[in-house]
Amino acid sequence: MRGRRLQRLWRALRSLTGDDAYERYLAHWRAHHAGEGAPLDRKAFFRAEEERKWNGIKRCC
Amino acid sequence: MSAPVDNNLRPRTPLGMVMWIGIAVLGAGAVGGIALARGETINSLWFIVAAVCVYAIGYRFYSAFLAARVLVLDPTRATPAERHDDGRDFVPTNKWIVFGHHFAAIAGPGPLIGPTLAAQFGYLPGTLWILVGAVLGGCVQDFAILFFSTRRDARSLGQMARDELGPVGGVAALLGVMTIMIILIAVLGLVVVNAMKHSPWATSTVAATIPIAILVGLYMRTLRPGRVLEGSLIGVALLLFAVWGGGWVDHQPGLRGWFDHEAPDLALLVIGYGFAAAVLPVWLLLAPRDYLSTFMKLGTVISLAVAIVILRPDIRMPALTQFIDGSGPIFGGKLFPFVFITIACGAISGFHSLIASGTTPKLLSNERDMRMIGYGGMMMESFVAIMAMVAATVLDPGVYFAINSPAGIVGAEPAAAVATISGWGFPVGAAQMQELARTMGEATLFARTGGAPSLAVGMASIFSSAFGAGLLAVWYHFAIMFEALFILTTLDAGTRVARFMLQDMLGNLVPALGRTSWTPGVLLTSAAVVAAWGYFLYMGTIDPLGGINSLWPLFGISNQMLAAIALCVATAILMKCGRARYAPVTALPLAWLVTITSAAAWEKLFSPELRVGFLAHASDLSAKLAGSMIDPEKIAQTRQLVFNDHLNAALTLTFLVITWVLVLDTLRVSWRAFTGHVHPPLSESPHIPTRLVEDWVRD
Repeated sequence: MRGRRLQRLWRALRSLTGDDAYERYLAHWRAHHAGEGAPLDRKAFFRAEEERKWNGIKRCC
Repeated sequence: MSAPVDNNLRPRTPLGMVMWIGIAVLGAGAVGGIALARGETINSLWFIVAAVCVYAIGYRFYSAFLAARVLVLDPTRATPAERHDDGRDFVPTNKWIVFGHHFAAIAGPGPLIGPTLAAQFGYLPGTLWILVGAVLGGCVQDFAILFFSTRRDARSLGQMARDELGPVGGVAALLGVMTIMIILIAVLGLVVVNAMKHSPWATSTVAATIPIAILVGLYMRTLRPGRVLEGSLIGVALLLFAVWGGGWVDHQPGLRGWFDHEAPDLALLVIGYGFAAAVLPVWLLLAPRDYLSTFMKLGTVISLAVAIVILRPDIRMPALTQFIDGSGPIFGGKLFPFVFITIACGAISGFHSLIASGTTPKLLSNERDMRMIGYGGMMMESFVAIMAMVAATVLDPGVYFAINSPAGIVGAEPAAAVATISGWGFPVGAAQMQELARTMGEATLFARTGGAPSLAVGMASIFSSAFGAGLLAVWYHFAIMFEALFILTTLDAGTRVARFMLQDMLGNLVPALGRTSWTPGVLLTSAAVVAAWGYFLYMGTIDPLGGINSLWPLFGISNQMLAAIALCVATAILMKCGRARYAPVTALPLAWLVTITSAAAWEKLFSPELRVGFLAHASDLSAKLAGSMIDPEKIAQTRQLVFNDHLNAALTLTFLVITWVLVLDTLRVSWRAFTGHVHPPLSESPHIPTRLVEDWVRD
């Protein structure tokens, strides 16, 4: 029981920090774009991701 | 076709009714207690109880009313995240995760600094404004803009203003965002500079955050791509080490000179850093710095709340001080309207509308999550402001004023400063200040304006009592590092955003400048943005009245102006979609904002008081120049100050004009909608039923 709760907490933490962004991307890719060649690898994904994320207002006063 | 949701406007069981009546009575008792207490001290627990009860009632009843009647959330409707799900920008996300992202994005240094400065009026005005402003204003703004943006494919505030009000609204919003960015960065830069002034410990620790961020950036880019948690943990450990290391540097006679600088020199260093950060790739500095600052921010805010609850320190500041008459040393100006301008973030912050119409609506998986994220997120930020107010007012008032008053007001020599401040009825001694500075590991704490050092002293005393005494100096510099870390993040991110906006605008004239990949264009536009805020920052450091006195009100006015723009858009939409009878929900906070921004702008322009009116100050200095009453070596500087006063006055006038143009345009559109004349149509996207609900395990 406690193990499951810890696991959920860990998953929430990873999701909150963006630690699992690549896994989420892979899941999305498999579900929607499985027929279109190969997904980005981890490194290439993060390169594209960081550029995209900072392309707008992301932080406030 | 929209199904009514959450129609639980009243408690459903008698027990629920009794509980909420109990909370209301407790809250009223706590607020009344803080308002009427006239003893020596009052316990800070009352502030926490009052805040929690006010928020609980606001959330339970007012936000339920907004959700069910005013905005009419529809959980059967697909959100943009579901409709455009691309796995990157638009991703349906669990509501707690969205809440975390949204809170991390909206909560910056603003709610920590504003209440600290406003404490010069006493604890009461700021506290009441934070509570009432948030529940009836700020939370409503965030919630409404989040809702309207979600209904419009997550469009930005500027786009919504253009669509719903017309081109005038769009241009005004764009100009507003651009200017607020410049002023915000300048004033935050000034806060950091004042915290590092002649403090080798603080300066070396803050300087160390740059290589640490770069190290983390390299780690997450090449060594372990995308391992955010690992990288951030290493970074946080290094930051804590840097706080300790700064203390070591401070004790090395050979090293400390490297980090011991005057404010104007530090301003130049910050300007150079800002330019470098804006042109370097994001992964190297900005992104890792942001991860670290988010971790630090959440960790510190939570520990501060825990420490205040454990410790329940006494508030030493009186409820009201004599400075409500406008003679306050930290910034000039009467209680009305300046307390409402000084505390923007924490009560109502226009900047939030940019986040609520930016990243957040692209993540919402269901409309009903908005109540917690929009309304609840702002409540949390408001609570941060309450804690900052507690941290500022647990200090001895004499100490608080000694730290925060500029030398131009109280005198540059410690003896003169303590005499002036004690003369106001806030006794403080030079020896006491010297001892305090020594325990905090600083050379002096006199005239450390900007709010950061006094907040750090307050936080250090709270932390060291709650989590281990004897480490005051370490806690003090930890607090400074923590504030500097996310101020510099805002500075980097803001410069970048302002650069994109400038490139966008200039791209219409010279297409090459609009290309974000053309290096000369990037360098040129970055330099222009950095020069703009750098100018105000540098002027702030040479201003004898302390730059905070002129810059912070400008920031407050611009932030409230942005909130007014957001509420204009919200009010116009409510009028246009036939909910005119609920329009006061946004129109009344709007009316209040227009009143306070206009009053404050008017005072800043035309007040005869030298520390309030920009024009009066300029003509006073000009007269002194003409009468040769200025030191020959200060003539050039004085001319610059006169020019700066005129520039500040022009900016204030711009804010005033933008606000009123928007308000009149909103009235025009609302009237046309109300009377059935032609007006820009609603730009809401069509209703598409959600398909997520069935397979989502919801709360």
